[in-house]
Amino acid sequence: MARRVGMEVSIAISEAVKLANVDVISAYPITPQTHIVEHLSEFVNDGELQSAFIPVESEHSALSAAVGSAAVGARTFTATSSQGLALMHEIMYVASSLRLPLVMSVVNRALSAPINIWNDLSDIMAERDSGWVQLFAINGQEAFDLTLQAFKIAEDPRVLLPVAVNLDGFILSHVIEPIELLEQQEVDQFLTPFQPVLRLDPDKPVSLGAFGSPDVFIEVKKQIEEALIGSQKVVTEVWKDFGRLFGRNYKPVESYKTKDAETLLITMGSISETAMTAVDVLREKGQKVGLIHIRLWRPFPFKEFLQAIKGAKVLAVLDRALVPGGVGGPVGLEVKSALYAKDERPYVAEFVAGLGGRDLTVEIFIEVVDKAERYAQKQKDFQYELIGVREK
Amino acid sequence: MIAQDLKEFKKFTPKTLPREEPLVSGHRACQGCGEVLALRLVAKAIGSPMIAVSATGCMEIISSPFPQTAWAVPWLHVAFENAAAVASGVEAGLKILMEKKRIPEKSINVVAFAGDGGTADIGLQALSGAMERGHNFVYVCLDNEAYMNTGIQRSSSTPFGAMTTTSPAGKLIPGQTTWKKNMPAIMAAHNIPYVATASPAFYLDLMNKAKKASMIKGPAYLHVYASCPTGWRHGSDLAIEVSRKVVETNIFPLYEIEEGRYTVRKNNNPKPVEEYFKQQRRFAHLTPDMIKVIQDRVDRDYQRLLQMEALTNPGAVKKEEPKEEAGG
Repeated sequence: MARRVGMEVSIAISEAVKLANVDVISAYPITPQTHIVEHLSEFVNDGELQSAFIPVESEHSALSAAVGSAAVGARTFTATSSQGLALMHEIMYVASSLRLPLVMSVVNRALSAPINIWNDLSDIMAERDSGWVQLFAINGQEAFDLTLQAFKIAEDPRVLLPVAVNLDGFILSHVIEPIELLEQQEVDQFLTPFQPVLRLDPDKPVSLGAFGSPDVFIEVKKQIEEALIGSQKVVTEVWKDFGRLFGRNYKPVESYKTKDAETLLITMGSISETAMTAVDVLREKGQKVGLIHIRLWRPFPFKEFLQAIKGAKVLAVLDRALVPGGVGGPVGLEVKSALYAKDERPYVAEFVAGLGGRDLTVEIFIEVVDKAERYAQKQKDFQYELIGVREK
Repeated sequence: MIAQDLKEFKKFTPKTLPREEPLVSGHRACQGCGEVLALRLVAKAIGSPMIAVSATGCMEIISSPFPQTAWAVPWLHVAFENAAAVASGVEAGLKILMEKKRIPEKSINVVAFAGDGGTADIGLQALSGAMERGHNFVYVCLDNEAYMNTGIQRSSSTPFGAMTTTSPAGKLIPGQTTWKKNMPAIMAAHNIPYVATASPAFYLDLMNKAKKASMIKGPAYLHVYASCPTGWRHGSDLAIEVSRKVVETNIFPLYEIEEGRYTVRKNNNPKPVEEYFKQQRRFAHLTPDMIKVIQDRVDRDYQRLLQMEALTNPGAVKKEEPKEEAGG
């Protein structure tokens, strides 16, 4: 049965990749992602994991080699952060457009400049539109579980898209948490070997990555869009299956103390746990506050989100990436767009905070809720507010 | 090591050419394209079972306009600069899937190809990485000496003096001002088992080198001269003639580097470089002074190649190949 052990979250992810019996790992070092692939290369060199480890010369090549190995039908994993993800940008779109089911851990870190190794979501938000399924882990256990689930989601013949499992750099990747690991035979019940629909096979030749003229380009993009939207059904199925087998249940959108709540915090990633503490504090004071945590970012679960916020008067969205020259952060944009067509919609106050690893404390979430409620009263017309900026 | 890999190697003759055409007709290359001919011969020599990995470029767009394809073998194109990295993944993926008995165990030739831009410029890092890691595949640079697919812009493989759209023959600056990057030397410096140069005018030599490259375990690099009537401004009936003259003038000598040992195809009485230049309008503006500078450099480079041969392979044959062999 499952073992509960204290371990660094990065190590737990590499345990999940090992349990997935991955065939190819192609990776390049970048902080704070390194521990995941270091540990995987130890497994390979110690003979504990039968896998090819390709120590490529850049992230661009990491994803390129991963595309190559997935195209021959190998279960493939890579991991990166920040600048590394930016260097992969070109190939992100190719991987999804070629319908190759890769899995990547994205250990979220700020994009330069100034160069900064700490956490925010600017790296993955620049890949928002790359056609990947994008999940966000709230804690170490979830990072472990989502990594295993990601292979099953990606490889489902109805999906065939790459999946990015996001976890916060350092805040999550480098902390030691109690993790309930699964045994190999348990995982084997859940995740069977990858059966590619198409692969590069000399006995059945296919051309993959053809030149698409204006006559065909839109149709290809439409298919990818349909597969991505359709993947939500598969994600939900995989989560049901996982919950049935292992007792841990996941939903696209989580609600925390939202019953009768008038103000809702909207968050993603590990900060949601801190935000829950803030909700507890405010609830004790008698304030009707709750939290919505978004786990499935792409495809965005509009229906579940709108259901979850029903009855709320104020939404306080906390983003950890900027959309310079735009209307706030990416989550705020999504939320506002989702609400626009609704007759009854809550007041949305959009905040951006925690950039480049600036601490996000319980006090900040309390401040954000207070501000959101005040702005709602005045119906303040503003795009967004950057929290914690020192003016001097 | 190489000797073991090549134990079964037999040179092609005009009578033993394989019938298989991994790259079939009906593609959209320009009339008289020397590059697609070279690629066809390489693919034919290597043969099935093979997986071809293509960089973005002329050969990719002319062979794969969806829903058509000119590839009778599995073919994968990802991007411009990463053919070598993609081929790394293909090779490593096949190997591990065979080890894990998930696909039948058999030898599959992985061949990556790119133009000179995709090799010597934007793809050099990925290529260096793949060669250094020792993946077992053949990398073919189809060198037409500029970015032809985007409209004849200079690359680091464009020869000195040549006119391109970004190294025009101007009033002040007469064409390309730098010397062609020595890609085979860069590849040889990676200590890979096999490096060779080839020209489609010497088609048996080209095919033999491609076959050897595919039989040798580990990375192999072929640098193939690929004439471009459109970009070089020569007649579409001259691709082979130009591809022969570049060798006969010693501008593009044919040689192999096997485990560090050089073997040069001798051409001790080369034609003057001018013979090569006069059929191509990209060189029309060259002055006698510039031609003299180029001739000196070509002579020097050829001598240097012979010195490398003397140093690494003292037993190499000193005399020229018989004419039939050269023609074939």
